[in-house]
Amino acid sequence: MIDALRTAMGRGTPSDPLDSLSDKPLAVRGLTVSYGDKPAVFSLDMTVEPGSMTAIIGPNGAGKSTTLKAVLGIVPRLSGVVSVFGQPLAASRRRIAYVPQRASVDWDFPTRVIDVVLMGLVRELGLLRPVRGHHRQRAFDCLDRVGMRDFADRQIGQLSGGQQQRVFLARALAQGADLYLLDEPFAGVDAATERAIIDVLKGLKAEGRTVVAVHHDLSTVRDYFDHVLMINVHKVAEGPVAEAFTEDNLQRAYGGRLAANLMDQLQLGGH
Amino acid sequence: MAGEFVMLSLVPILIGVLAAVACALPGNFLVLRRQALIGDAISHVVLPGIVVGFLLSGTVSSWAMMAGAAGAAVVAVLLIELIRRLGRIEPGAAMGVAFTALFAFGVLLLEQSDTSSVHLDVQHALYGNLESLIWVEAKGWNSLFDPVALAGLPPELGRIAIVALVMLLFTLVFWRPLKISTFDEDFARVLGMRTNLIGFGLVIMAAIAAVAAFDAVGSIIVIAMFICPPAAARLMTNRLETQVLWSVAFAVFSAVMGYVLAGYGPLWLGGDDAVSAAGMIATVSGLVLGLAALYGPHRKCRGAPTDR
Repeated sequence: MIDALRTAMGRGTPSDPLDSLSDKPLAVRGLTVSYGDKPAVFSLDMTVEPGSMTAIIGPNGAGKSTTLKAVLGIVPRLSGVVSVFGQPLAASRRRIAYVPQRASVDWDFPTRVIDVVLMGLVRELGLLRPVRGHHRQRAFDCLDRVGMRDFADRQIGQLSGGQQQRVFLARALAQGADLYLLDEPFAGVDAATERAIIDVLKGLKAEGRTVVAVHHDLSTVRDYFDHVLMINVHKVAEGPVAEAFTEDNLQRAYGGRLAANLMDQLQLGGH
Repeated sequence: MAGEFVMLSLVPILIGVLAAVACALPGNFLVLRRQALIGDAISHVVLPGIVVGFLLSGTVSSWAMMAGAAGAAVVAVLLIELIRRLGRIEPGAAMGVAFTALFAFGVLLLEQSDTSSVHLDVQHALYGNLESLIWVEAKGWNSLFDPVALAGLPPELGRIAIVALVMLLFTLVFWRPLKISTFDEDFARVLGMRTNLIGFGLVIMAAIAAVAAFDAVGSIIVIAMFICPPAAARLMTNRLETQVLWSVAFAVFSAVMGYVLAGYGPLWLGGDDAVSAAGMIATVSGLVLGLAALYGPHRKCRGAPTDR
C-alpha cells in the first residue's frame, strides 16, 4: 500500500527501486516529464514482459514518443525510475537498440546506407578501431534482413521514406540488442515496407527479444502486437492486447474522439 | 627572385593555408549541423576576448589572447542560451543579438585602450596582417635548413601550425562521435555519447581555430573559411569522408590563389599596388563556392526521394 502510494507520488526508493520487477526488460515507475509548465507524461508506470511486443498508443500529444525518449535519457525526466533488465540505463545501454522517428534526422546528410548501418556497431568499434571485413559483413546481413542490401552504396537522401525506415531498422539490428525501442516505425511507409518491418520485428520476438513501439494505427494493433500500453499523459491501460485493448479503454484514452464506425472495424469486445 | 619569394611570400602563404585548413575542418561539421553562423559569431565575439587578453598580458602574440578569446566564446555561448531562454526567441535571433553586442563591445574596448603602440586595431581585426608576416632572415630556399634563419620565423606560423594540427587530431580522433551526433543526435545519446559535450567541444575547437586564424588573417577570412570550403565540398560528394578532403583542398587552393592574386594580380592588370590578401582569399573561396553551386555534381540532392 505504501509502495503503491510512493510510486503514485512519482518517487521510488533508490536502494530498491523496482522491487520484484527488476529482471524485466523494461520497468518504469513514476515517470513524469514536462516541457515548460505542462506535464507531457505524468506519473507513468510501465512493465514490459520479456519476449513481448508492446504497442504504445494514445492520441496526438499523449506523450508516447516522450515516454520513449525519457526512458532512454534523450529528454530529462522530472521524476521516476527506469530499469532495463534490472539495471539502470547507463549500465544496460549495450542491450538497447533505438529507432528514432524517421523525420528526426536530416536525410541530406552526406553518407551512404552502409555507413548508417555501421553506426550501429560503434559501441564495439569505439573511437579508432578500424572497420574490418567482418563488421561490414554484419552490416550487409542486417541490410539483407530488411531487404535493402542492394542499396548499400546509395546516398541516404536518394531513398524513399519506407526505405529510409528500413535502413534505420537495419542499424538497430546491427546493435544486436535484447530490447528494441521504436518510435513510429510504420509512420508514412509503403505497404511493402510495413510488411518487411513487421516480419523483422516478429523475427526478433521469435528469438526471445523484446520489442516496444510507439504506434499510431489502431487497426493493426491486434495483428502486430501482443501487449499494449495506452496513455494520454497518464496511463490509461496496460496489459495483453486481448485484455487491455477494449472500447472502454480506447474511449478513455482518446477522450471519446473515436468514431463509432472505427470501433466497429476494430472488432472490440468489452462494452 | 627565389630569395624574395621565400622572404616575402612563403610564410604568408603557409599561414594562409594553415588558417584556412584549421577553419575548414570544424567548419564541415558546423555547416552540416546548420550552425555555420556560429563560426561567424565566434569570429566576432572573440574580439573583446582578444583585447582583454592583450590588456591583461600586455603583448599581442601570446597565448593569453587565445585564452581571452576562448573565454569570450564561452561567454557568448552562455549569453546566447540566456537570451534564448529568457526572451523565448529562436536561437538565430539570440545569436544575432549576442555577437553584434560583443563585437561592438570589443571595438569600444579597442578604441578606449592604449593599443596604438602595437599592431592591434580595428583594421587588423578585419583584414589581419598577412602581408606583414614576412621572414626577414630568409635569403632563399636554403634558409629552410638554416637554424639561425628558422629562428626568425614569425611566431604566428608556429601557432597556426599547432592549431591546424590540433584540428586535424580532433577531427580524426572524434570522427565517429562527431559524425554520428551530427547525423542523429538522439541515437548518439542512446549509445551513451555525451552529445552536449561533443557539440560544445566542436564549438570550442571552432573558437580556437577562429582565434588562431584571426590573429594572422582577420575576421573576414575566418567567416569565409568556416563556411565556403565545406559548403562547396558538400556539393562535390555524398560522403562525409570525401567532403572533408574536398574542403581541405578548396581551403588550400583559396589561400594560395587568393594570396597570389592579391599580390600579383593588380600588377598583371597594369596596376601598381597589391590588394588585401585576406580579402582576396575570401573572394576566391566565395568564387569556388559559386562554381560548386553552379556545376557541383551533387547539388541537387535535397529532399525529393524518388518514390514516396
